[in-house]
Amino acid sequence: MSEHAIEVTINGRPVSGRVEARKTLGDFLRVDAGFTGTHLGCEHGVCGACTVIVDGLAVRSCLMLAVQADGAEVTTIEGLAAEDGTFHPVQQAMRDNHALQCGFCTPGVVCTMAALTADDAKPSEDQLIAAMSGHLCRCTGYQGIRRAIRQLTGQPTGVAADHGEHA
Amino acid sequence: MNAPTGLGTGAQRLIGKRVTRKEDGRLLTGKGTFVDDVAVPGMLHTAFYRSPIARGKILSIDVEEARSLPGVVAVYTAEDLKKRPVVFHTFYMTPGEVPMGPLAEGDVRYVGDPVVMIVAKDRYVAEDAAGLVVVEYDEEDPVVTIADARKGAVVHPTTESNVAQVMGIEDDEDIEEELAKGAHLVTSTVIHQRIAQSPMETRGVVSDPRGEEELVVHITCQSPQLVARWLSLALGLPDMSIRVLAKDVGGSFGLKNHPWREEVAAIVASLLLSRPVKWTEDRLEALTACNQAREQEMTTRVAFDKDGKILAAHADYSSNNGCYPQGADANVAVHMFMWVAYRVPVPGFITRAWYSNTPGLAAYRGPWAMESLAREALFDKAARQMKIDPVDLRRKNLIRRSELPYSTAAGIPVDDMSPAECFDKLLETFDVAKFRREQAEARKQGRYLGLGLSAYVEPTGSAGSMAPMTGELAQLRVEPTGKVTAMMSTHSQGHGTQTTMAQVIADQLGVPYEDVTVFEGDSSRGGFAPGAAGSRQAVLGGGASIKASKLLKEKIQAVAAHLYNANPESVSIENGMVKIAGAEEMTRSLKEVAEIAYGEPMRLPQGMESGLEAQYRYLPPPMTLTSAAHACVVEVDVDTGFVKILRWLCSEDCGMVINPAVVEGQVAGGLAQAIGQVLLEEVHYDERGNPTAATFKDYMLPAITDVPDFEYIHSNIPANNEGGFRGVGEGGAIVGPPTLFNAIADALSPFGELPVSLPVTPSKILDFVEGRSDEAEATPPPVAGTPEPAFDAEAPGASAVLSGALPLSVDGEWQVTMQPPVGPKQEMVATFRTEGGVLTGQLAAPEGTQEFSGTVEGNRLKWEMKVTQPMPITLKYDLTIEGDTLAGTAKLGMFGKAKVSGERIGGAAAAPTPAPAAAPAPVAEAATGPAAIDGNWDVVMKPPVGPEQTMVATFHTDGGTLTGKLDAPEGAQEFSGTVEGNRLKWEMKVTQPMPITLKYDLTIEGDTLSGTAKLGMFGKAKVQGTRAG
Repeated sequence: MSEHAIEVTINGRPVSGRVEARKTLGDFLRVDAGFTGTHLGCEHGVCGACTVIVDGLAVRSCLMLAVQADGAEVTTIEGLAAEDGTFHPVQQAMRDNHALQCGFCTPGVVCTMAALTADDAKPSEDQLIAAMSGHLCRCTGYQGIRRAIRQLTGQPTGVAADHGEHA
Repeated sequence: MNAPTGLGTGAQRLIGKRVTRKEDGRLLTGKGTFVDDVAVPGMLHTAFYRSPIARGKILSIDVEEARSLPGVVAVYTAEDLKKRPVVFHTFYMTPGEVPMGPLAEGDVRYVGDPVVMIVAKDRYVAEDAAGLVVVEYDEEDPVVTIADARKGAVVHPTTESNVAQVMGIEDDEDIEEELAKGAHLVTSTVIHQRIAQSPMETRGVVSDPRGEEELVVHITCQSPQLVARWLSLALGLPDMSIRVLAKDVGGSFGLKNHPWREEVAAIVASLLLSRPVKWTEDRLEALTACNQAREQEMTTRVAFDKDGKILAAHADYSSNNGCYPQGADANVAVHMFMWVAYRVPVPGFITRAWYSNTPGLAAYRGPWAMESLAREALFDKAARQMKIDPVDLRRKNLIRRSELPYSTAAGIPVDDMSPAECFDKLLETFDVAKFRREQAEARKQGRYLGLGLSAYVEPTGSAGSMAPMTGELAQLRVEPTGKVTAMMSTHSQGHGTQTTMAQVIADQLGVPYEDVTVFEGDSSRGGFAPGAAGSRQAVLGGGASIKASKLLKEKIQAVAAHLYNANPESVSIENGMVKIAGAEEMTRSLKEVAEIAYGEPMRLPQGMESGLEAQYRYLPPPMTLTSAAHACVVEVDVDTGFVKILRWLCSEDCGMVINPAVVEGQVAGGLAQAIGQVLLEEVHYDERGNPTAATFKDYMLPAITDVPDFEYIHSNIPANNEGGFRGVGEGGAIVGPPTLFNAIADALSPFGELPVSLPVTPSKILDFVEGRSDEAEATPPPVAGTPEPAFDAEAPGASAVLSGALPLSVDGEWQVTMQPPVGPKQEMVATFRTEGGVLTGQLAAPEGTQEFSGTVEGNRLKWEMKVTQPMPITLKYDLTIEGDTLAGTAKLGMFGKAKVSGERIGGAAAAPTPAPAAAPAPVAEAATGPAAIDGNWDVVMKPPVGPEQTMVATFHTDGGTLTGKLDAPEGAQEFSGTVEGNRLKWEMKVTQPMPITLKYDLTIEGDTLSGTAKLGMFGKAKVQGTRAG
C-alpha cells in the first residue's frame, strides 16, 4: 500500500503525516493527529457524527480520504471555541437548550451548524433543519437541537412546549 | 401522599431547575472520552471473520494466509481461545441457558457468527487479514422465524426443542370460560419487528492486562460495576483485580448491560497475549451481528361486558430470541405489567421464547413494552367494534388513585400510581370533541387525520428483588478545599447523572451546584449497582445522594457546633457558608470547617472520626411506578402512504423532577425511538437468514424531520420514596408505539382495521388502503392461541397412550425427578395408592413430605398439591406410567411446566392387579357408597393467603345429587351440587370479603375428606375435613 506525505492545517496549526492512500480523514484526525472529538458513528456517510469543516464546508470525514485533505484547512470540534475557552455560538446554543445527551453525535451536529452559520451567514430555520436531517441522534428526539436552531436564527426557543409548571 | 423529605434547604433550591449540564463542557468541545478514544501504549487491534451463512457445519478453517500478512500478531479460532474458558452469564448473574463461547466452534448458527479473530497492529491490517480467512461449510437450512422455530431442526444440539422458555398455562379452560361470558370478545394480534438498539457509539472495548493479578477494561457499558462483576464470574478469575472504566458512553438503551461474545473475545485475547487489545465494532457489525431486540408476536383477547367493562383477558406471546440471547427468557414481565393501570378481574397468559439462527436478543428500552402496545391498540379496536368512545372505554377500566391500594390479579401491589389522572389532565388540554369535528371536516376533503390515545404505568427503580438490582451507594466528602466530591455508581450514557446527582447533593447540603463534582464511570469508585438499567438512577441514585448528604450534613453540624460552641440544630449551611442561628459573626466558609476537620483533629469533639466523609446505600421500595397518558395526531396521505405527525402531547407523572430538561430529554428520546419502531426501523432477515438491513440507509433511524415538537403536560405527584423521584428512562419507548399506531389506525379506520404489524411503512399503508392486506387480517399468525405440536407433544397422556396401555400396578414407591423451567432439579420419592379411580399418596422431598389425593385413569395419574415454598403455588401433576417408568409434567401455576420423570423403586412391577379402571370411566360408584358421605363433617379451608377457616359441612346425597349446608362463624349457607362416587362438587357464591364464586371439589376417603375450593382468580384453597362424631 502506497504511503503519501500530507500536510493539513488542523484547527489553525499545521500537522504533517505519512498516510496510506486508503486512510480516511476521520481516522487520520483521530488516530494520527489525536483529535478524538471527531466521532465515527457509521463509517458510511449517513449518521453525520464525523462531520468536520474542510475549507469552510461541512464534510463527512469518513467519506473523505486523508490524502484528499492535503493542503486543506480542517476545523474539528476541538477548534471551535475561542482561545480563552468562550464557546462558539453554536456550542453555546447547544448547551443553553439541552441539545445533547450522550454527546456522541454532537461534534458533527455542531460542525455542520458552525459551517452553515460561518461568516455571518444567516440560514433560515428550515435550512438548518434540512441540514440536520443528515445527522442521526439516538438520544434527544432532536428537541433541543430544534431549540438551538431557533436560538441561532434569532427566534424564541420555547423552552419546551409547556402546559403548566413542573411539580 | 407523603411529601418528599428534606428537599431544598435555605434560599436556594436546585431540584426542579433546568441547570446546565456538567457533562456538556467536555462533550461540546471534543474532550469526552469514549472507548475508541482510549489508546494504550502497545495496543493491538482486532477484527472478526464472520459466518456468511446462517447455519452449517464448519468443514475447515484456513488461516495461513491471514497469519502471514505483515502486521498480524495473532489469529485465533474457538479452539485457541479455550485456554481461557469463559462461562457466559445472564444479566441476572446466572450461567446462560445454552453453552456458548466467544467464537463459533464446529458449526455456525447465524450470519455474522464470529469464527476467527485477528489481532494486528492496526484495524486496517486486522480487517485485511480477516478478508484472507477461508472457511468451508456444509450449509444447512436455517431456522429464521418463530414459525420456523416451531417446526425446524433445533438450533442448539443441547436443547430438546427450540423453546427457550415457556411460562403460563396452556389451554387454560378457566380463562376460556371467563372470556366466553363477555358481551364482546375483542381479539388483536400484534406483530413487532426486530429492532437494532443502535446507540450512536457502537460496542467497543480496550482490555489492558497489568500482570497476572490486574486487568483494566475500558468498555462502553451501562455500569462499570456490573461489567466488573460479570467478568469476574464469566472469566472465572475471582482473584484478579478487574477495574472497569467507562467515562463517556454514546448511548446504550439496554444493549450494553454486560459484555457479550466479541468483547469477551478481545479480553481473552489480551490475556493470552499479555498485551492491550482494542475492539471497536463497526456499523455493519452493529446492525447485523450484534445483539438485537423485540421481534415478538402477541395475540390478546379481552372480554368486555355490554358497558365496556373488562371481565377477563388472555395474552399469547412469543418472541424470537435468536441464537445466543443475553437472557433466554419468555419475557413474563409483559404479562405481569399488562394489567396494572386497568382493572382486569381475570387475566391469563401463555408466553414462549424461541431459539433461531439469528443474532440473540438483548434488552431494549422497555423490554416488556409489548404489553402497552397490545393493550392500547386493542382498546381502540374494541372501541370501534363496540361503538364506544375510546376515551370512555379507557375511563371505565382505568384504576383511579382513590381506589388505591390495589393488588393486581397477577399479584402486583399498587399503592402509588396515577394513569387515570394523567389521562384526565391530557384531555383537559387536548380537546377531543374539537379534533373529531376537524377530522370529520378533513375527511370530506379526502384528508385522513387520526387521533391516538394511550395510558400506561411502568415499573421503575427496581430494587432488592433481583440479583443485580441492588440498592445504590453514594459516597460523599467535603474536601479540605470545601468543595464536595461524590463517588457514585450511577452512570450516564446520556442521562446526565453527573448533573442531576450534583443538583440533589448541592440542594441537600446547602452548597453551590458548581462546588459539587460527581465521579462515576469507574468500578473502583462507588459500590455495586447496575447503573442505567430499569429506569432507576433518579430513584436510587437520587435517594442515596439525599441520605448520604444528610449524614454528611449532620457531621458538619456537629463539628461546627463544637467549634463555635453552639447547638448542632442551630447550625445551617447556605451557599457553602456554615452559619450559626442568631450569631451572624460566627459564619465561616465550609472550607474553613473542612480544613479543621481534616487537619486539626484535636479541635474535633472527643472520639469523632476526622475528615468530612459519609456514605449511604439506599434501598427504595421494590418498585416505583411512573404513569403517563399520551395523545398523538397524525395525517396519513393515502396516495403516498406517508404519515405526518402533527401533534404529540405527553401527560406524565414523573414524581419529583430533578431537572426538567433531563426528564424531557429522556421522554423525548424514548418517543423518537417509538416513532422509529412504528414507522421506520426493521432488522429483517430473508428466508436464508441473511440480514437485509446492513447500513443506516436500510435500517432507518428517525431523523429530525420525522420527530415533531413534543408538548408536555405536567401531572407530577411525588413518589413514596426518599426524594419522591420516579424513573423516566424507558417510558417514551413504551407508551409511544401504541399512541402513534392508534393515531394511524384511527386515521385509516374508514378503510377497516389496520393490522398491528410494525413498522407501518408507506407500502403497508398503501396495501391496506387499496385493499391488498385482507390476508393479514383474515389469517392471524400461527401464534394466535394455537398450541404448537412441537411443544405439546412433550406432554404425556395423549389418548393413544391411555387406550393402548395395559392395566398395571401403580401402587408403591417411585423415585421421581422434577425439572422446573428455571432452577435446579428436584429429587423426590412418591408413594402411590390407588383405589377405584382414586389416587392417594405422598411426595417426600428433602424439604418435607406432603400428602395428596387425585385421580387415576388407566395409567394416567393426576393430582394437585399446594406448596408454600419458595412461593405459594398449586402444582398440577399429570403423569403416565409405562411399566416401571413414569413421565409427565407438573404445572407450576404461572411459572410454566416442570418435566417429571421417575422409576419404580425396588425393581419390577408387582403382578398386575386387575385394572382399577381400564377405560377412562368415571370413578366407580361402588368404591364408596353414598351412605359414607351423608352427615356432618368438620372442615378446614386454607386459602392461598389469609387465615384458615373452620366450618361444619352437612352433606346429603340422593343418587348423583348433593345438597348440604356450610356453617361458618359468619353464617350458614346452603348449596347443591353433584356426587360421583366419593367425589363431591358444588359451587356457591359469597359476597364477603368480596363477591366471588367458590368451586368446591372434594374427595372422601373413609372418615376423611380432602380437596380444593377454587376462589375465583385468587387461586385455590385447600380443604380438609374429618367426619364429625
